[in-house]
Amino acid sequence: MTTVAEQLSTTTLLRFATAGSVDDGKSTLVGRLLHDSKSVLTDQLEAVEHASRNRGQETPDLALLTDGLRAEREQGITIDVAYRYFATIRRRFILADTPGHVQYTRNMVTGASTAELAVVLVDARNGVVEQTRRHAAVAALLRVPHVVLAVNKMDLVDYAEPVFARIAEEFTAYASELGVPEITAIPISALAGDNVVEPSAHMDWYGGPTVLEHLETVPVAHDLTACHARFPVQYVIRPQSAEHPDYRGYAGQIAAGAFRVGEQVIVLPSGRTSTIEGIDALGEEVDIAWAPQSVTLRLTDDIDVSRGDLIAPSSDAPEPTQDVEATVCHVADRPLAVGQRVLLKHTTRTVKAIVKDIPSRLTLDDLSQHPAPGQLVTNDIGRIVVRTAEPLALDAYADSRRTGSFLLIDPADGTTLAAGMAGRSFASTAAVNTVADEEGWDF
Amino acid sequence: MTTAATTDEGVDSPFALSHLDSLESEAVHIFREVAGEFERPVILFSGGKDSIVMLHLALKAFAPAPVPFSLLHVDTGHNFPEVLEYRDRAVAQHGLRLHVASVQDYIDRGVLRERPDGTRNPLQTLPLTEKIQEMRFDAVFGGGRRDEEKARAKERVFSLRDEFSQWDPRRQRPELWQLYNGRHAPGEHVRVFPLSNWTELDVWQYIAREKIELPEIYYAHEREVFARNGMWLTAGEWGGPKESETTQTRLIRYRTVGDMSCTGAVDSDATTLDAVIAEIAASRLTERGATRADDKMSEAAMEDRKREGYF
Repeated sequence: MTTVAEQLSTTTLLRFATAGSVDDGKSTLVGRLLHDSKSVLTDQLEAVEHASRNRGQETPDLALLTDGLRAEREQGITIDVAYRYFATIRRRFILADTPGHVQYTRNMVTGASTAELAVVLVDARNGVVEQTRRHAAVAALLRVPHVVLAVNKMDLVDYAEPVFARIAEEFTAYASELGVPEITAIPISALAGDNVVEPSAHMDWYGGPTVLEHLETVPVAHDLTACHARFPVQYVIRPQSAEHPDYRGYAGQIAAGAFRVGEQVIVLPSGRTSTIEGIDALGEEVDIAWAPQSVTLRLTDDIDVSRGDLIAPSSDAPEPTQDVEATVCHVADRPLAVGQRVLLKHTTRTVKAIVKDIPSRLTLDDLSQHPAPGQLVTNDIGRIVVRTAEPLALDAYADSRRTGSFLLIDPADGTTLAAGMAGRSFASTAAVNTVADEEGWDF
Repeated sequence: MTTAATTDEGVDSPFALSHLDSLESEAVHIFREVAGEFERPVILFSGGKDSIVMLHLALKAFAPAPVPFSLLHVDTGHNFPEVLEYRDRAVAQHGLRLHVASVQDYIDRGVLRERPDGTRNPLQTLPLTEKIQEMRFDAVFGGGRRDEEKARAKERVFSLRDEFSQWDPRRQRPELWQLYNGRHAPGEHVRVFPLSNWTELDVWQYIAREKIELPEIYYAHEREVFARNGMWLTAGEWGGPKESETTQTRLIRYRTVGDMSCTGAVDSDATTLDAVIAEIAASRLTERGATRADDKMSEAAMEDRKREGYF
């Protein structure tokens, strides 16, 4: 017989993000997931009831569960990403609860950057709208492996299958074209509880999983054999103690793939090669370790390796480069302009860089490219070309979310300016759709 | 129905990590990032379970080398003796350096004044922030978890504080992928929360898995307590009970450890780790809701204290 502790500790963890417009019922869905999985506790509910009464509301306002800041409660809006935690017997969940406003693209990018699944909410009465396409585009751009289309408010369209089928078909076609690898469409009513946690009694025609069932069963680990193994060196461990006079280990978190003892590796950007002598997995010596384990690698040769270096298999290493082409989402309040000097943080390495070119800006509504915008402002997604002061062992983001991503940082005060994804993406299918800016004020 | 979805239930690839392994790996990554990027980091250590887990993770992250950080304890002057004893033992056992910021000192010097309700929790902010400035710490690890409280749910893993140690939730840096931006100007520092994504239950499961020793007050024991604001408080020199309050002996345990004046105990017969985990898994109250008087002061109590520099 297993104890409660054992039973609970073997479950896996799924990180997911929600996306939806203000009135699509995202708060209700989040509230329903938390509430029906019994993750809202009595004192939290009492606090919400108390606060709602103080505001003169008759029923508890479940948005108060998630709006944590004074300003959010005062204004009744969600300003920032919040992270929520809930669990079932099968799995534990970290939910990045992202605000739905159009202007908060950066928040969805933030939430989606660590998510393995995104739930895109649609109002069944409205179907696929601009905002839906925007959410699908961001999920595709960030390479979120699984996307769930939750067609909400089915109770308001008489639980009619054709309504759902039409929306699911339109969304799937659009998202597939963007390169979203897996799409699951689920008809729900977050308010009435249909197909969120419990299967709906109103939609016999639907044979798929509920939202929670899908979250519990979607696979969380990828096929490691298909991944290029990557190990950014974080820290060199050298005890220099009587007990360990010669220990020299390279500490880090495996970013992708797997490493084995005896494997031939190359250290970038120097290009020196060696062999993995041992792998210490937080106190235990192992023969193989894989992403995202934090481990310490020991090499057979005493070569120069330091923080910021990348260890990769000799037979499968990225080509270091000083010219980075990427898609970026601009996240700061001040603009990013051609010629600007920045810092670029890639894995554990931060280098000086200069923005050489901003070839295009993406219009998320229709995925068209606006050529040579000159600068990017908050929430813009655009293509940039950056020249770095030192070579970087960069992968294409399409191959590795972890070693293909980077930050641009303002060297003056450390502000995070932009989130970058190296290599090509649908946002770089350049000039196919090029149109002039329609808004008139942007010359 | 939904038979198709349940056939592969629970079957993940053999390379899927358990949720505890994922959280551990992430926390270790955060410790190593700080070690690699900062000059003078320090771990806030109260002798409570979250800081004990932090220390355990730091020990694993740098083994077989020692932890490259010192510890900082904000001593309210109303600590549980068992916890102070645990603190000193841990420091000695791992050869660490301990800094203490003392609330009592500030009161004795007349800089801080005792509050009428006797709680010293809000008084911790000034000694903490002055010690950070004095020692020029540039990264301060805290055991805060986002599941604790709704203002904390908005907290970043790397949280920039200005030269007054203030937190401005509207000016937080977006945190993308695992790329933590720790850049700061002189005088500013970064609060770092390696347990951000852990829940109370995760912490307990990890303690069980790693067989981590805790101060005894976390397990059920008989103790002289009295009731105030719906919580059981330990009688002591800090000023409880008042004349109108009577003590009684009860079987209780603590879910959190803090200042004795505002940390409540819960009725419990959980004397083992397994029993504690079963109790928490079934509890209908949050950790803070059950045991922290100060968070009940107002809807934004935590946010307001965090803005001032509280952990």
